[in-house]
Amino acid sequence: MQAYITLARREMGSFFYSWIAYVVIAGAMLLTGMGFVTLLDRLQGEPTPMPLTEIFLGGCFWLIVLFSAPVITMRLFAVERHSGTFETLMTTPVSDWQVVLAKFTAAIVFYMLMWLPLLACVLVLRYCAHDATLFDPRTLGTTYLGIFLTGCLYMAVGCFASALTHNQIVAAMISFAIGLAFFLAGFMDGPIDLQGTWAGRAFSYVSVLAQMKDYARGVVDTRSVVFCLTSSFFFLFLSCRVIESRRWR
Amino acid sequence: MMIDVSNLTKTYAGNTAVADISFQVEQGEIVGLLGPNGAGKSTTMRILSCFIPANSGTATIAGWDVFTQADEVRRRIGYMPENNPLHPEMRVREYLRFRARLKGLSNGRTRERVDAVITQCGLEDVSKRIIGQLSKGYRQRVGLADALVHEPELIILDEPTIGLDPSQIRSVRQLIKDLGRTHTVLISSHILSEVEMTCSRVVIMRTGRILAADTLDNLYKVLGKNGHLITEIAAPLDELKTCFEQMPELAHYTISATEGAYHRCALAPSGSDDLRARIFALVVERGWDLRELSRVRHSLEEVYIRLTRPESEEEPH
Repeated sequence: MQAYITLARREMGSFFYSWIAYVVIAGAMLLTGMGFVTLLDRLQGEPTPMPLTEIFLGGCFWLIVLFSAPVITMRLFAVERHSGTFETLMTTPVSDWQVVLAKFTAAIVFYMLMWLPLLACVLVLRYCAHDATLFDPRTLGTTYLGIFLTGCLYMAVGCFASALTHNQIVAAMISFAIGLAFFLAGFMDGPIDLQGTWAGRAFSYVSVLAQMKDYARGVVDTRSVVFCLTSSFFFLFLSCRVIESRRWR
Repeated sequence: MMIDVSNLTKTYAGNTAVADISFQVEQGEIVGLLGPNGAGKSTTMRILSCFIPANSGTATIAGWDVFTQADEVRRRIGYMPENNPLHPEMRVREYLRFRARLKGLSNGRTRERVDAVITQCGLEDVSKRIIGQLSKGYRQRVGLADALVHEPELIILDEPTIGLDPSQIRSVRQLIKDLGRTHTVLISSHILSEVEMTCSRVVIMRTGRILAADTLDNLYKVLGKNGHLITEIAAPLDELKTCFEQMPELAHYTISATEGAYHRCALAPSGSDDLRARIFALVVERGWDLRELSRVRHSLEEVYIRLTRPESEEEPH
């Protein structure tokens, strides 16, 4: 446990030692801000039954997730492998799982920090609009739950991609590709003739796009919770195996 | 027994890095692993530090098996890999604290030990500086401090002085020597003088095999015999010659003239006895003058070159 906390803290710190943290947070804030402007624009138009969070999600949410996840996670293992500190790390009495989980934890905590400006946007709106119906804490809660679960999946994918290679750019590309595949699965059940077939159902089940829409609407579907958690676990498991592979390669 | 390696073999994708090696290291020894690049030194060290497992054979550190009891072994060793990788963005004290905590030291103990290794490795002046901005010599000391921070029983250092300037090499070497008083140390190097100066025993490797594993004195004795004697004696040449010819211990001798009445003689003994006292007694007995008498030992370099020369280059006997 001590090793896990020590490692997670160092990983967290290393985000802020490098420029990555500031660049990612600045980028995310810019996009959140743009989303906020779109949101205000929509609110001035026709009345809509949609909750605030769902309108926001139509904006820049996926852009932020798809681009920030690879950047946040690309260094996790790739840098250590490149510089050789991986060797000093793995010759201390820590297990492979501790290392993977510590790095994953640091990534997910940082990812959640990145979403704090959204909270600020909602609070500003509530303060200025003086309209209680505009702001439903439960919907906001489920939105953040959705952000967290989607984040888990994307960070786990990033962990896995970073464990695969010495090169940060390659790691980022792999994690972007896998992340994009999950995102695009959401568009696969509609336009093509897959509706109703098993393939269509499979795509809709892995569609993080549709799942996130549910969360923003205030709906928590256990299927999507289970999907995000199991697939995160699966990718973390793969990362662990990749790290372990030095033993049998 | 601190390290006990027997029949260790490691292959990487078909290439044999270490082939069936066995050696032992006793507690409190400083042992040098010597060999040309690609001899399998680093691989051996990586196996001993539980980073990679071997394909076959066993290795134990202080009685713990490196394959099945890796956690126990890791607690007992301080390992500094080749090129000494560090986190360049961290500060020295912060890095050592991080490493100590990672190695399972309690909070109080961490503070104590970090202070201790900073003093021990002479890092007081730079303890608040960023590692990436330190000179190579200081970085090497940080690596050493990291290897020492949890008070390991065994310290494994892979090429600890590579890339340092002579004065830095000297200070790192002194540090290693000091460590040898309290710890068992295994260092690898291809710099002979370094091993000669710091180690009590050497293991010489080439292409994954052990060629020799012995104390330096024994290696000199076995491989270099006892060296030869150089002496300068003022005596009539023919008298000198007859005397040398009558000595059964001498394998052969050469005499060359120097200035004055002195003759410079190189004497090669047939056995491993030290003939200096014998020569001195001879000179006194005859009433000659003696102005030099010394034994030229084979340096480790000669021993090493003879051992590690590829077979094809070996001259016919």
